[in-house]
Amino acid sequence: MPTPLRPAALLLGLLALGAAGAGSAPPEPPPTLAETGLYADPATLRLAPSVLFYQPQYPLWTDGAAKARWIFLPPGSAIDVSDPDAWEFPVGTKLWKEFAFGGRRVETRFLWRATANDWVFATYVWNDAGTAAILAPVDGVAGAAEIAPGLRHDLPGRLDCRACHESARVEVLGFSALQLSDDRDPLAPHAETLRPGAVTLAALEERGLLSPARPEWVARPPRIPAATPRERAVLGYLSGNCGACHNADNPAGTTGLLLRQLVGSREGSVPPARATTVGVEGGWLIPGASGHGSLRVAPGDPDGSALVYRMASRRPASQMPPLGTKVPDREALELVRGWVAEELTPRR
Amino acid sequence: MRTTTTLTLPILLALSAGASAAPPAPGASPEERGGYLVRIMSCNDCHTPLKMGPKGPEPDMGRMLSGHPESFGVPAAPSHGDGAWVWSGTGTNTAFAGPWGITFTANLTPDPETGLGKWTEKTFLETFRTGRHMGHGRPVRPPMPVYWISQATDDDLKAIYAYLRTIPAVRNRVPQPVDPPEPAAPAK
Ligand code: HEC
Ligand code: HEC
Ligand code: HEC
Repeated sequence: MPTPLRPAALLLGLLALGAAGAGSAPPEPPPTLAETGLYADPATLRLAPSVLFYQPQYPLWTDGAAKARWIFLPPGSAIDVSDPDAWEFPVGTKLWKEFAFGGRRVETRFLWRATANDWVFATYVWNDAGTAAILAPVDGVAGAAEIAPGLRHDLPGRLDCRACHESARVEVLGFSALQLSDDRDPLAPHAETLRPGAVTLAALEERGLLSPARPEWVARPPRIPAATPRERAVLGYLSGNCGACHNADNPAGTTGLLLRQLVGSREGSVPPARATTVGVEGGWLIPGASGHGSLRVAPGDPDGSALVYRMASRRPASQMPPLGTKVPDREALELVRGWVAEELTPRR
Repeated sequence: MRTTTTLTLPILLALSAGASAAPPAPGASPEERGGYLVRIMSCNDCHTPLKMGPKGPEPDMGRMLSGHPESFGVPAAPSHGDGAWVWSGTGTNTAFAGPWGITFTANLTPDPETGLGKWTEKTFLETFRTGRHMGHGRPVRPPMPVYWISQATDDDLKAIYAYLRTIPAVRNRVPQPVDPPEPAAPAK
């Protein structure tokens, strides 16, 4: 009897095929994490003194992974912050993000401005002992670590890195004025308390790492102009988790849904994540609903809000973000649902 | 319009031989070359709906490349069981049900609201390079041969894009894809 193709297997197989043939090859990432320069002593994992530790205030949700992040700026260089919302990093800049599940290091992602035209993307997979990490295959690694019983974390392939990181004007997503502001949002989902030595905007300014100097960011640290503390955290979460794609420079922005909070926007202007969502009919319909598009945010009605539905879904055609997680972010959903249900008044 | 097609494949094949695909002359514009590529790469096969003609189903060229007709709606998918036959298509050859749920071929005409009107050349290329909707969204699902088409050169994809900007815009809002039913909870 011929073995019937398992539908799920067929689906996955065909999807995996989707990623093919990238354009011209950029420089290759080093074969081991040790060779990227993160550690002064790879044997003890003592960090290189030249790398700076930082903590974005609105971190990306990745199925509950604990994360640590570092940046290296070439000696004597500074970040060109002439455009407050599109920082230009000097050639040679490197950034790392380490992911741990259940206290075990699983992967360290690496972003490197190797030349003026090339950002190199790579992820390094840790051995079971957590002593060293080697370059993961270009297509990533499926099922690298357990997230929850029966669910495993996948290391993204390099095209997946680009789906998020080449989605705005800058490849770097979490090292920005809003993310590093010293006026940190205490209600941000999964917010970490600042660890001693973590660099913030004030620290960057003090060390002369911003060009031109931005004393105003120290005097009045960037902050989302929201109606309430809860709304501030909602808009910050959406900016950090969704703004990479939902911005004017990305095809996802052609839907009209803009979730990225700009620090350079006019004083008093309504945050885009509010202006383009609350009471606004979108181009996407909640399955089973009728019409062309559901309200993105239906005041007073989280269940009738496409934005909430897509955050909560992990079905391929619905889920948002479209990649990178297997489990919805419960803490964030609770925050967003509360905002929609309790702070937004239904139109009568 | 809902054509119930009970016709056999050979008739379809015979009909599709009707349109002549003259190769582009040397020095042809990207648009001309793109038109040739679209014809020989069979985009019309799935993106132009079939209608019933005197000799059987034929491509409805009044709706050229405008994807699954909105008026056809979203009929419930047949169940396929777990055997050798895992997917099926409508008589228009524009909607397909399988393990991936239900997909509808996209409107490739330049209509701004329902077609590729807002797509830039970059969006078009990224879609094929990443295999994701608009280059950044959900995976593009079967039977769209995105993997094979992605092997085209940048220049060929740019030519296809250039040609698609020149064809008549057809207003046709293709339904959203439908996810497959929730998988059964893993056995405890
Ligand atoms: C789902 C979208 C998504 C995917 C996929 C993704 N990233 Fe990120 N990444 C982000 C966001 C958003 C941030 C900033 C927030 C944070 O650090 O939590 C970030 C942060 C980083 C950082 C720290 C520097 C920065 O940009 O803020 C590195 C390094 C990084 N990612 C590398 C990678 C690599 C390499 C891959 C692929 C192997 C990858 N990422 C895949 C969204 C993504
Ligand atoms: C990697 C890119 C990416 C990220 C990150 C992302 N989206 Fe999207 N999103 C898209 C694309 C592409 C579309 C358009 C296609 C679609 O509707 O699936 C979209 C569409 C949407 C829509 C429908 C818009 C409309 O009205 O037409 C909603 C709602 C949405 N996203 C919510 C979110 C939320 C909330 C987040 C963060 C939790 C998020 N997205 C993160 C790429 C992204
Ligand atoms: C075998 C049938 C088939 C053929 C042949 C085919 N397509 Fe498709 N195409 C589809 C289906 C089905 C979808 C919808 C897929 C989905 O929703 O995930 C689609 C979607 C698309 C999309 C939208 C992708 C997105 O981002 O959502 C584009 C663009 C496209 N096709 C272009 C082409 C071009 C150009 C050709 C010829 C070179 C072609 N197709 C040939 C079936 C086909």
